[in-house]
Amino acid sequence: MKILLAILFTGISVVYAQYPDGKDILKKIDQNLSSENRVFTSKMVIHGRRASRTIESKTWTAGEKKSFTEYLFPAREQGTKMLKLEDQLWIYSPSTDRIIQIAGHMLRQSVMGSDLSYEDLMEDNRLLNHYNAVVTGTENIADRPCWVVKLTAFDPNMAYQGLRLWVDKERNIPLKEEMFAKSGTLLKRSELSNVENINGRWYPKKIVFKDMLKDGEGTEFIIENIQFNVAIPDYIFSKANLKK
Amino acid sequence: MIRFLFKGLIRDKHRSLLPIIVVALGVMLTVVFHSWLTGVISDSIEYNARFTTGHVKVMTMAYADNLDQMPNDLALLDADSLTGILKKEFPEMDWVERIHFAGLIDVADHSGETRTQGNTIGFGIDILSPNSAEIDRMNIRKSIVKGGLPKKHSEILMSNELADDMKLKPGDTVSLISSTMYGEMAIYNFTIAGTVVFGTSFLDRGTIITDITDARQALNMEGASGEILGLSRKGYFDKNEASGIAETFNRRYNKPDDEFSPVMKTLMEQNNLGALVDYSSAILAVLVSVFLLAMSIVLWNAGLLGGLRRYGEFGMRLAIGEEKGHVYKTMIYESLLIGTFGSMAGVALGMIFAWYFQHYGLNLKGMMQNATIIMPTIFKARITPVTWLIGFIPGIFSTLIGTMLSGIGIYKRQTAQLFKELEA
Repeated sequence: MKILLAILFTGISVVYAQYPDGKDILKKIDQNLSSENRVFTSKMVIHGRRASRTIESKTWTAGEKKSFTEYLFPAREQGTKMLKLEDQLWIYSPSTDRIIQIAGHMLRQSVMGSDLSYEDLMEDNRLLNHYNAVVTGTENIADRPCWVVKLTAFDPNMAYQGLRLWVDKERNIPLKEEMFAKSGTLLKRSELSNVENINGRWYPKKIVFKDMLKDGEGTEFIIENIQFNVAIPDYIFSKANLKK
Repeated sequence: MIRFLFKGLIRDKHRSLLPIIVVALGVMLTVVFHSWLTGVISDSIEYNARFTTGHVKVMTMAYADNLDQMPNDLALLDADSLTGILKKEFPEMDWVERIHFAGLIDVADHSGETRTQGNTIGFGIDILSPNSAEIDRMNIRKSIVKGGLPKKHSEILMSNELADDMKLKPGDTVSLISSTMYGEMAIYNFTIAGTVVFGTSFLDRGTIITDITDARQALNMEGASGEILGLSRKGYFDKNEASGIAETFNRRYNKPDDEFSPVMKTLMEQNNLGALVDYSSAILAVLVSVFLLAMSIVLWNAGLLGGLRRYGEFGMRLAIGEEKGHVYKTMIYESLLIGTFGSMAGVALGMIFAWYFQHYGLNLKGMMQNATIIMPTIFKARITPVTWLIGFIPGIFSTLIGTMLSGIGIYKRQTAQLFKELEA
């Protein structure tokens, strides 16, 4: 019996030994997706229950704490701006000339009717800072071999208490993500594609988000142009810039 | 014979006074409760019809499935042409477009930052058209406490309670934060034209009313309407008329496999009003039955006591040859007279109270603070033709049943014993 248990234990250990450390994978993902700062223009195609809409914007980001977005298209949204500083978020509406702080339950509202919430924008993207990770297996996504990684949040106040990532073994970039509530309910799913090597890092230029609790066909987030580690003046991340 | 019995009742007060008082009290309570219940239910139905449900309402099927959430992303597109069709095909109703929305009222300080916020439920109705009947339909003119009606675009009426809570007055500018038809955040500035008190807690907690074109502008709903309400030109809810129109409309225009096709629902199918009406009818039936039963028992006892008191009289009548059946019949006739007079007295008394409640009502605002359906806070009675008649049911039947039960004793009297009893 002891021999049998020893063989079984050794077998399990050998299987897990074949998997890399979860933390190492998160570190590599963060290296690809996070940067000191970046500027990008993007297009959001929102597939609603009735029709699809396209919204274009330009975003300046410094680390994980500062972000400024200006909406460029369509005409109704043109000039709408959003500023994130630490854990605060403001939105400027040019038609009313008002700056409104998004707080409380408003953070759970959809951004421009998409499958993303303001809360999603507030999240720190560095996975290593917030999650424990365990590699649980391997699967192919879009014909690419991936590690299946299960993440558990350190902080019980995180919007998503659990994540499951399918991480490209070669490029260390997630190709699919599932976000779970504390109860285990699947809240959102995203599929990342059009992965390109930009300045030595792998980066997905298209993400399809699907809010699993909402009707509709999901939201495509397409990065049209992205620059990493460019100089961004400080005034960009100021409330005064919202009304400019 | 009736005249003879009537004289007997007038001259022998012991025979008539207690039963008439019992009947009058029971009938009075029946009349008051009936008029009060009728008033409360009618007012609730009317309030709901005018503010939210209409006598019928047209929506998309998807909107109807999520009605409580006011899902304007599922609104009727090209609503004007559908309204045109409704006006042409169902002229017996007035058709009005409405947008019902929820959001936050945000007030800025001097630097443009948020000073205070409050939850609101909004109504986009036709205020600015010269021929609009909506202002009178929703009794807005009489509900204004401060300021006046909106005269131009981007003006709103706000519930006085919300305005006071947020320290706002007519002329102040507020921002509405809501969701557009496409789910984006909507921010729109309005100026308060006036404040209103509707007299119903659900609306007075935090309502704003704006012209429907402004609601469309604010919520990016060009050409769309959440709901099209139909209100009968008769001025009241006619269940058969509403059901007939809804059935015809749904047969012609509803496509069950298209969630965005229009569907018409009657008032009874919305806001649990059907259940409310059924419930109130059941309460009324129970109420009348309880009074009928209680009064019958009391009058049965009164009849038994009367029978004991008139023991000698009945014995004498039987002894001189009157049929038992005839004695019993005269008792029944007497009871009908008592029931009729008692009911008339009860209706008269009940009407005094019903009239008082119809005019002054009973203010139950304190109990209505958390109401989630539209109901008036001052509960008023309503006198209808039925109110005049409803009291006669327990009034006459209770005396009849009471007498029939107590009078059975007549048949138990032994003729052979009568003279012995009379001698004693």
